[in-house]
Parts: sequence; structure tokens; C-alpha cells
Amino acid sequence: MDISDLYQTFFDEADELLDDMERLLINLDIAAPDDEDLNAIFRAAHSIKGGAGTFGFAYLQDTTHLLENLLDRARHHELTLDRDMVDVFLQTRDLLKAQVACHREQDTPDEAAYERICATLRQLAAQDAAPQVQGSAAEPAQPLAEGTRVLEITICSVAAGEHDVLVEELGLFGDIVARESSADRLTVHLRSDESEANIESVLCFVVDADQLSIVAVTDQGAGTALEPTPVPAGEAASASGNEPAAARSDKRTAATETSSLRVSTEKVDRIINLVGELVITQSMLEQTTAGLDPELAARLAEGMSQLQRNARDLQEAVMSVRMTPMDYVFSRFPRLVRDLSSKLGKQVELETLGASTELDKGLIERIMDPLTHLVRNSLDHGIETPEAREAAGKPRTGTLTLAARHQGGNILIEIRDDGAGLNRERLLAKARQNGLPVSDAMSDDEVWQLIFAPGFSTAAAVTDVSGRGVGMDVVKRNIQQLGGHVDLACEPGAGTTVRIVLPLTLAIMDSMSVRVGAEVFIMPLGAIMESMQVKSEQVKPVAGGGRVIHVRGEYLALVELHRVFDVPNAETDLARGIVMVVQSEGRPFALFVDELIGQHQVVVKNLETHYRKVPGVSAATILGDGSVALILDVLALSRLSRQRQKTETRVDTPSVNLEQEIVS
Amino acid sequence: MSQAVAYKTEDDSTNMEVLVFTLATEEYAVDILKVQEIRGYSGVTRIANVPDFVKGVTNLRGEIVPIVDLRLKFDLGNATYDEHTVVIVLNIGERIMGVVVDGVSDVLSLTPDQIKAAPDFGSGLSTEYLQGLGSIDERMLILVDIEKMMTSREMALVEQATA
Repeated sequence: MDISDLYQTFFDEADELLDDMERLLINLDIAAPDDEDLNAIFRAAHSIKGGAGTFGFAYLQDTTHLLENLLDRARHHELTLDRDMVDVFLQTRDLLKAQVACHREQDTPDEAAYERICATLRQLAAQDAAPQVQGSAAEPAQPLAEGTRVLEITICSVAAGEHDVLVEELGLFGDIVARESSADRLTVHLRSDESEANIESVLCFVVDADQLSIVAVTDQGAGTALEPTPVPAGEAASASGNEPAAARSDKRTAATETSSLRVSTEKVDRIINLVGELVITQSMLEQTTAGLDPELAARLAEGMSQLQRNARDLQEAVMSVRMTPMDYVFSRFPRLVRDLSSKLGKQVELETLGASTELDKGLIERIMDPLTHLVRNSLDHGIETPEAREAAGKPRTGTLTLAARHQGGNILIEIRDDGAGLNRERLLAKARQNGLPVSDAMSDDEVWQLIFAPGFSTAAAVTDVSGRGVGMDVVKRNIQQLGGHVDLACEPGAGTTVRIVLPLTLAIMDSMSVRVGAEVFIMPLGAIMESMQVKSEQVKPVAGGGRVIHVRGEYLALVELHRVFDVPNAETDLARGIVMVVQSEGRPFALFVDELIGQHQVVVKNLETHYRKVPGVSAATILGDGSVALILDVLALSRLSRQRQKTETRVDTPSVNLEQEIVS
Repeated sequence: MSQAVAYKTEDDSTNMEVLVFTLATEEYAVDILKVQEIRGYSGVTRIANVPDFVKGVTNLRGEIVPIVDLRLKFDLGNATYDEHTVVIVLNIGERIMGVVVDGVSDVLSLTPDQIKAAPDFGSGLSTEYLQGLGSIDERMLILVDIEKMMTSREMALVEQATA
């Protein structure tokens, strides 16, 4: 094993442990903490300390050491927890996270922050009058002179060059009584009070559990009778008569085995691509065999249907590898909300909905920052102080809701607060000040969207948390870069809702294929509300060259696909084709095509990998015959169609302009 | 194939291996290391509202790849499409793209002294995209810097070129 791999493993594991620690601390019931939780928090700190010691990260080791002492007392009920203490623990956890990040970048961690936290931790430890038990399991940094028993630790499959490091490391746990090295095996007799599980969890940063065996041997004569046969860890622990430790180490091993397998996304993408190819080949074969005599080809047909099932299952399984639940993002917010609300003197309850909604990994990572920004905004400027809320006749505690759900081929993320909402007058005044073209006649909805204009802040007082509007343009731009869009709805006095719509770039999409002329286009199924044949009396011309269709009391703008895409030999008579009522965001409109071909799942392929963005098209896919079909971008279609009409007729209405400003 | 070529050029690093193709009566050449494969013209899906020389996109083993007809771009040759139409699939950086040409004739090795500076042409191909002129015996090859050309603004194949 390469030493840099070892570092990497330590950093990854430490990150995971710190995230666990944070989650546990936040969910901790301070009045009556669960023993299991306290133990888990302690174990996390302890493992990190062990690893930090191994790799010589002194800051990290010292910080975790202090934290661990406190946690150890807490889990033995020698220390009474309160909210402030948990806050300190959380701050310590943040510092540790920062230290791990620094070490990962081979930087030196911030010493001032380290000193501050350590001082706070020491103070906490001193404050509490409870008797402090020193030299317990929490103290491997100080070698124990007097052990009561001797452990035989055998590590196999390690290079001889690493033996010295390992022995030195083991020396931290107690006295090395004897040591025997061979080419790939190291056996050490250690006099120590440390439990097997603790030693194992520290060593696990360096070696795998199955390389390691720890057995308690009789006290004397240990130096001579070295047993070369490795004993499996679980067996060894039970042989020592230490049942709980054995159970714990087993659990730990199982947990690390199932938790994760780190694979680069390129590898996954390559598999996804290949499976996509397999599915296409399969449907090509299917089309070929469909023409055969069913009696003669009965077994072939059977095999084909089995192949189809397997290919689909495989495809789904592979796709799911890239999908990550929104929980990955949402789980960050309880902490943020907790910290911010106490800083701002507000009472806020966070509610998350649809945390299991899955989204592509790449998108998840990039949605984090915009979401954080929006949540900060809601807390800082949306939700009022308890006093103000009471005066307005609302409950003292405000509610912030994060919700995610699938909507057609998109994922919809909502950030909802029940705060004061936006102030129309202030927005308009600010817009005028910034020289934006606004008028008092603008609808509320139009006014709210002004907040996405660059350099727009309406916060009366700029706090260090955020200024409502500062960076909203950045949020918008970031989301647009992901191929999504954002809008804002607001009810003054009752709250604000920000809605983010993101496409699932790498996904199988349920779709409807439609024909226009000789060309096939793919329509996201979720965007289609209904399809119908219209009668000519339902079609009405409007000023500006466009037409509308009258459907059940509503007038829908008509978009003719053959016009938008200049398709030759397409049906132009509305009565002879099909009109689909479609909607993605905003108003529904009518889309005219020649005919509907059928409904199927398609693999979304990015057009920009080798080409570029095409107006009105969100992506492409490969059809059963191997040819490429374009997937329509519903929102862009109505825009494209309007632009065409505009250039054809030069009719320019301010409302259309503004809407384009918002969505483009 | 490209590996064998790489080996050869390593052997004699000053020589340049080129793929020769024809447009109308002229012979052009591109660096063979940029060529991924040569295939027929089929299954190209048209894209609306793009210049006419962009024929559309096709499926190349799961990748959606744009196809450009150089005959239309340079107003040369006869833009018909049948089973003899040839597409050169190029590897430009991370991207794959196909170009339609009249025909592919040779793979040649050019020594440095066979490559001359290109004079300014009146029309068609801008000198900007030329690496020079190659001459072997009586033949004249127009050496195209295909990477520069395909990523140029006028081809409109890459995002930043249209900004």
C-alpha cells in the first residue's frame, strides 16, 4: 500500500466520522442523552485521535484528545451536558473538519483557532467539578507504565519497511515487551490496559481488519513463545474472553464493509454509457427478430424477452449508482439553521420533505452553495424575530421548509419560509435607484423577480449573515449553469417561496416520441398535460402574428414545432395533426405536431459533450434503430416561438420582455 | 492504428504522418494523430437553425457527435450523400466530430523540407487554418490545422465560439 493511499483513507474516514459526529450531536437529547449516541460520538473522536497520532498530525491529535476526555466523562455520566457544551463540541468538530482539510491540502492548520478551542475545552473540563478519571482509555498519548495483561498483536501482509512505524505506534498504547519481524509479518507483544477494540480501531487506519489479529496472552514469558499463526480478529477477541469488545469490533468491520466503495465518476459514466449501448443493441435485435416466423423462432423470442428484462434491470441498477438522495444536501441544514437562528435571536424550526428524492451526484454537489445561500437569506431576512412574529399574530417559532420532489424530467426544490415576505415598495425604490426599467403598474410577481437582478439588496440592515438580494443573481446564474432555473413567489406578511427546477441531466427519462415531417422528437412525458385534435373553430388569431387555441375556456398560445425547427414536409393543417397541451414552468401552451408515435424511456445524452447547446433542445437520445433524436426543451420552445414571432412582426410587449429576462 | 503511427513518428520524430483527403480536385491533409476513424455517412439527425454545413448529429457508439460537410463549408465538390460518402472522425481535444469529404486517398509521411509555407489564398480556406503546403513529387497537399479550424468561431461547433 502506498503511503499517500493511507493518508487518503484516513482523511476520508475522518471526514465521515466528523459528519457522523455532527449529526449525532445535533440530534442529541441534552436532557436525557442516549448512551449509545454518546458512545458513538466518543468512538468517532477516539478513532480520529488514533489516526492523527499515527500520521503525526499534532494539532488534530491534541484537539481530539481534549474533546475525547470530555466526551468520555459525558458517556460515563460524570459530566452533565448542556446546550452551550454541545455548541462547543460542534465548534470543535468544525475546527477538526478544517484541520483535516488543511492536512489534506498539506497546509498547517490555523493555530489561533486551535488555541481558542483548546482553551475553551480545557475550561469546560475544569468547570465541571466531577472527579476526573485520568489515564483511562482516553489517554494513549501517555504511555502506560503498568499494564495488567499482555496482548499479542499480529499484523500480516505489511512490508518490512513499515514495521518500525507500526511498532512505534503500538508503543503509544503501552510497553512493547517483545517484537518479531519477518518478511511480511509483524508480531508484537504489548503490555497494555487498552481494549482490543481500541487498538484495532486505531490500526484500522493503517491495515485492514483481516490483516490484524489481537490475542491476550499470559502475562509472563511472552517474549519467547511467539505463535506465528495469525488468528482472525473476531475469534481472537472472543478467545480473550472479552465478549462486548468482540461484538463491537464485528459491528465496526461490518459497517466499514457496507458503507462505501469509492469509485471515480468517470468509471461509472463509462459503465452507464456501455449499458446504454447494450440496451440499444438489444432493441435493434428485437426489431430484427420481430420479423421472424413466431413458430420457428419461439425460443429466440423467449431469449429476447429475457435479454430485454435483464438489460433494463442492469440499466436501472447502473443509473442508480450515480443517483444520490437529496438527504445528502438537506442533512447539512439542521446545523446551519441551529447556529444561525441562535446568532440572530430567532426561533426557527426546520422541516425537510422529500429527502429521499434522488438527484444526480454531480448536480447534488453543485446545488449545495446556492441552497445554502437561499437558506441563509430566509433565516436572516425572511423569518422575523419572535417578538415581531407575535405582534403580527404568528407563532413565535418560524418554519423553514426544504422540499424536494420529482416533476417530470426535473427535480423541484423549494425553500419556503413563513416570514415577512418581500417589500414591494422597497424593491421598486431600489430598482429605480439601480436604474432598472420599472413602473408602479408592474404586477407583484414581476416585482419579486427583480431580486434576481445583479447587485440588488433590499436589506434595511446589512448583517454578517447575508443581505437579502446580495448574490441572488449569483444563485440564479449558478442554477442556470446547471441547466435549471429559479423563481420566487411571495405573499407579503405570510412568507416567501423560492423554487429551483433542475433537470436530471444523467437520467432515464419517461418520454413521448412525436413525429414532425420525417423527423422524430422526444418530449418529456411529465410536461405533457393532454393531447387532442382541435377543430378549426377553436383556433383564433391574435395580434402579433400568433394564434391561440381555445380549450375549455382557456386560451393557450400555439407553438408549431415545424415552424420553430423549420421541418420540411410537415403537416400544417391544425385539424389534421395533434395538439399537445404542455407545461414545464409558467403558463401552459399548445404544441402542434404531426402525430404521436409512442411512449418510452430514453437515455438522456448530453449534446454539449462534443457539440454545443442547441436552442429549443435540452439533450439528445439514441432511438431503437441507432439514430439520434433530439429531446425538446419545453420552456425554451415557447420562448423560441415568441422570438420568432417577434422578429417576424416586430411586436414588442414589455411583459414578454420581462419574462424572458427571468427565464433566460 | 494510431498506436502504430505514434510508434513510427517516435522513430523518426521530424516526419509528419498525414491523412490525405480530397475536396473537388484539391488534395488536403490532416495530422493523422487527430483522426480517430473513417466511416460512411448514415443516420445523421438534422438540427434546426444552424449553418447548412452542419449536417446534424449522429450516434457514434453511444456518443452524440456533430457532422460537418466541408464540401458545403468551402463550396467545393458535390454535396451528395450515398454509400460512398466518407466521414473522417476526428479527435479534437476531448471532443469527437465528423467531417464529410469527397474521398480519402492516402496516408503519407512528410519530411520537414517537403512542407512549405502557405501563400494567401483568395477564397475558401482561410490561411489562418493552414499549416502549410506539402509537396510530394508532383502532388500538392494543403495541410489543414484541423483543430484550429474545427474549434473556430466560424464553424460554430463549440460553445465559446458562438458567445
